[in-house]
Amino acid sequence: MIALQAPVEQATRIGEPNAVAMAFFFGFISITLGITWWAARRTRTTEEFYAAGRTITAGQNGFALAGDYMSAASFLGIAGLVSTTGFDGLIYSTGWLVGWPVVLFLIAEPLRNLGKYTFADVVASRLKQTPVRIAAAIGTLATVTFYLIAQMVGAGGLIRLMFGLNYETAIMIVGAAMLAYVLFGGMIATTWVQIVKAVLLLGGAAVLALMVLSKFGFNPVKLFAAAAAQYGDGVLAPGRLVSKPLDAVSLGMALMFGTAGLPHILMRFYTVPDAQTARKSVFYATGLIGFFYLMTFVLGFGAMVLVGPDAIKAVDAGGNMAAPLLAETLGGTPFLGFIAAVAFATILAVVAGLTLSGAAALSHDLWVNVARGGHATPGEQLRVARFATVVLAVVAVMLGITFKGQNVAYMVGLAFAIAASANFPALVLSIFWRRCTTAGVVASMVIGTAATLTLIYLSPTIQIDILKHASAPFPLRNPALITIPLSFAIAIVVSLVTSNVGEQAAWARVEREMHTGH
Amino acid sequence: MSTAGTDAAFQDLARRRWRIAIVLTIVMVALYFGFILLVAYNKPLLGRLVSPGLSLGVLFGALVIVLSWITTWIYVRWANVHYDPALHALRSGDHK
Repeated sequence: MIALQAPVEQATRIGEPNAVAMAFFFGFISITLGITWWAARRTRTTEEFYAAGRTITAGQNGFALAGDYMSAASFLGIAGLVSTTGFDGLIYSTGWLVGWPVVLFLIAEPLRNLGKYTFADVVASRLKQTPVRIAAAIGTLATVTFYLIAQMVGAGGLIRLMFGLNYETAIMIVGAAMLAYVLFGGMIATTWVQIVKAVLLLGGAAVLALMVLSKFGFNPVKLFAAAAAQYGDGVLAPGRLVSKPLDAVSLGMALMFGTAGLPHILMRFYTVPDAQTARKSVFYATGLIGFFYLMTFVLGFGAMVLVGPDAIKAVDAGGNMAAPLLAETLGGTPFLGFIAAVAFATILAVVAGLTLSGAAALSHDLWVNVARGGHATPGEQLRVARFATVVLAVVAVMLGITFKGQNVAYMVGLAFAIAASANFPALVLSIFWRRCTTAGVVASMVIGTAATLTLIYLSPTIQIDILKHASAPFPLRNPALITIPLSFAIAIVVSLVTSNVGEQAAWARVEREMHTGH
Repeated sequence: MSTAGTDAAFQDLARRRWRIAIVLTIVMVALYFGFILLVAYNKPLLGRLVSPGLSLGVLFGALVIVLSWITTWIYVRWANVHYDPALHALRSGDHK
């Protein structure tokens, strides 16, 4: 039995302007804008704007993938869930990692070999360009929109809590900084912003985890034992977060297969020179992200023991301030400021990555390949890409303001459900299955998106929690359990019915290209 | 242009890569959904303590992360050692 004093009730400085947070925050903004200025002078072609000139190394891309992936939902959300519910938060820690091996085994190398800028390049490689690209753009924009809402809402809430700024101002700052990165620096700046952010986030979380462990003889098991001693053995067992078994399975499916359908992640594989580098970069990314999620075990239980669930919920009902509160308890106001700035940088970088992938869908897929039939001059492509970036930045800010107060982790879970149902089946089948047809993948992407959105609307979260109805027509909170198999089934059935000899004949060329790159 | 001979060799290599990729994918899906199904249907088992402070649930959760590392390492190792050289040999055959 470990002797432990109860968490001391103390006044938190969260919500007051914090000089250290401001200093770190402006430091981060200055460094990243410096990077953007440097990158802008190297961004003259479409290939540089979308794919950083394909010069990113495996190590750099590993960090950039990790940076794009570890959003505020991972850092603040998981720490908050674990500190207030115990074990159940860890379902996210594992679920958000297991998608990466799937990306490595099935997607990364063929994607790099077959495509140029977007995942639609791969699906369209032997099918009809126009319908495939329109359908893929629908799936991409739906995923990006839900993901953006989650990040913008998270950013607004976080900055309000951290710096005492009002919500709308905070959203505008995020929108403006992100716009500067993407508009002027394109993928080169966005990649380096991700790398800087990943190093800061991993470093900040590691320092915080070490400070927690130093109180428990550097033995995580002693920390877990302390949590169990204080709040009961129940905190180490599955409990109330996923009360219905099928909810757990459905969420698990969305998390595992959603990663392989996230447009901003898939786009990163085009920034490296070849498939071999793409493969190695996923290996590094899996290592970094796994390491980070293992640390969330320590941060979550650390906040539970050292801060206490009640004190965490008093600041933010969703528990999202657990990690910053833990930092304040262990390192005082300066460390709180540092962790707050890290969390903010995290959101800003993810928003930039999302916007770039949305801009690529609008300009590369819809404008250049559909509206202009693939015949746009390089100058026009770049102009349209930048215009699309501005449009998306404005939309992101408006969505952030409209959806104020929504649950962040839940919105990200839905973005994963859309990615897993709309994009993943079409992408996998177009890579693996000779007989899949244009009609098959288009039906799968369009119906996958529509079914996911419909079932989300009919779910208890919208019907009971938000609209306050007595019951919901659809019982699951995350629709992936239904929509992923549905989307696969539609692609297969429609492909078999619309069997196309010409598209099958092109398979030999595509199969060779996906392995050799030419 | 490739000859019929290198085409057959290429087909064979492509099949080997997909076989390994699919087997490893199935391993990961089985591991993770094994974990999720235990979370969903056998909560008491995951709550059992291996030692004070370490429940089977926490242990399995950490194991899923470690096993993800191991399966990605196996694949990357195989691809670097066997797949890349074989592909390289086939490609240089193409240009002769």
